[in-house]
Amino acid sequence: MSQHAVSSEITFHPPLGTTKRIWKTFWILSVLTVIELALGLTIEHIHQGKNPSAALILFIKGVITILTLAKAYYIIAVFMHLGDEIRNLIMTVAIPMLLFVWFIAAFLWDGSSFRHLRNTNAGATTIEQRAKEKTPAATVPLQKGAKD
Amino acid sequence: METATVPTGIKWWNGGRSPFNTSYGKVMMWYFLMSDAFTFGAFLISYGTVRFSYNSWPDPNHVFNAFPFAGHAHLPLAFVSLMTFILIFSSVTMVLAVHEGHKMNRKGVEKYMILTILGGIAFLGCQAWEWTHFLTGYKEVLVDGKIEHWATTISHNALGPAVMHEGRMIATPGPALFGGFFFEITGFHGFHVFSGIIINIIMLAKTRLGHFDKRGHYEMIEKAGLYWHFVDLVWVFVFLCFYLI
Repeated sequence: MSQHAVSSEITFHPPLGTTKRIWKTFWILSVLTVIELALGLTIEHIHQGKNPSAALILFIKGVITILTLAKAYYIIAVFMHLGDEIRNLIMTVAIPMLLFVWFIAAFLWDGSSFRHLRNTNAGATTIEQRAKEKTPAATVPLQKGAKD
Repeated sequence: METATVPTGIKWWNGGRSPFNTSYGKVMMWYFLMSDAFTFGAFLISYGTVRFSYNSWPDPNHVFNAFPFAGHAHLPLAFVSLMTFILIFSSVTMVLAVHEGHKMNRKGVEKYMILTILGGIAFLGCQAWEWTHFLTGYKEVLVDGKIEHWATTISHNALGPAVMHEGRMIATPGPALFGGFFFEITGFHGFHVFSGIIINIIMLAKTRLGHFDKRGHYEMIEKAGLYWHFVDLVWVFVFLCFYLI
């Protein structure tokens, strides 16, 4: 039982958990996974119906995402023992992860904007498109530019 | 959680002690995993961006519906659930190995490390089957009015919306990027599983050779465990982004 031998810089050791806690977490993760699967199959069922409601499907997908975040929390806090560490270490890992909030929002926003351009032809201010609208005299240099 | 047991009044930043109450190696493992999380995050977010930019995307319930030895039975999500449970279970055996390490029980560490390695190999076997299924599963697809046979690869996608052709429904080409992202992300994750297995085998050998008993602690098992749990954590998100939503 010579845990203290790891490093002289370690001030104290959190108490050893029991294996009971590990198995409890295993069951939580399993149940969450089964619920996710049930919701995933529900989405398929809705898709097969006559009028699939986009809002309902989006809502179910949101619920599945929240359940996934709960699973991630249990893996990190219990299996990786981050929950047993001191606040300093928890914060040095958790705070940089907040960058993901904007990272995800910005890029999905970008993706749906791209779809909007694709569907509405709002992005058709391409050189070819403009060339068609202009007089022949103006087209020549523009088309040349398109080929470059 | 147990942070309540932190002795009060300690000056963490005055020097002479780790302000994180952890060894150098463990802190650096956390920072490595953090950077790796951003790598995987970037992959999954780029997948999301492209998927958001298309009007139709292959429905996971129809893409991932095969099971070994089940022929053409429609079993949506069944095989990937099996893979998920294999990985969760190998995470449990890993954390049990760490637990035995705390108790300096060499036999216990060996037992659970072997189970963890077997779980990892089983997962990789499942992934190999799934990849083979995609790369060799030819499907009919209507290309410019003619029927062709395409497998799901990084350049071909026969999983687009179906149209009526000569009295029956036939799929049209879907976004080719689907296969690109699928093989890139599951492949990068599979490579992590593979390196995790190698690390765990080295740790098992070192345990058997009594290196950690000599050293007086099993902290290396903990560090390998952090990596292994991270691989499980990434799978939770790959499972979400590719298979569930």
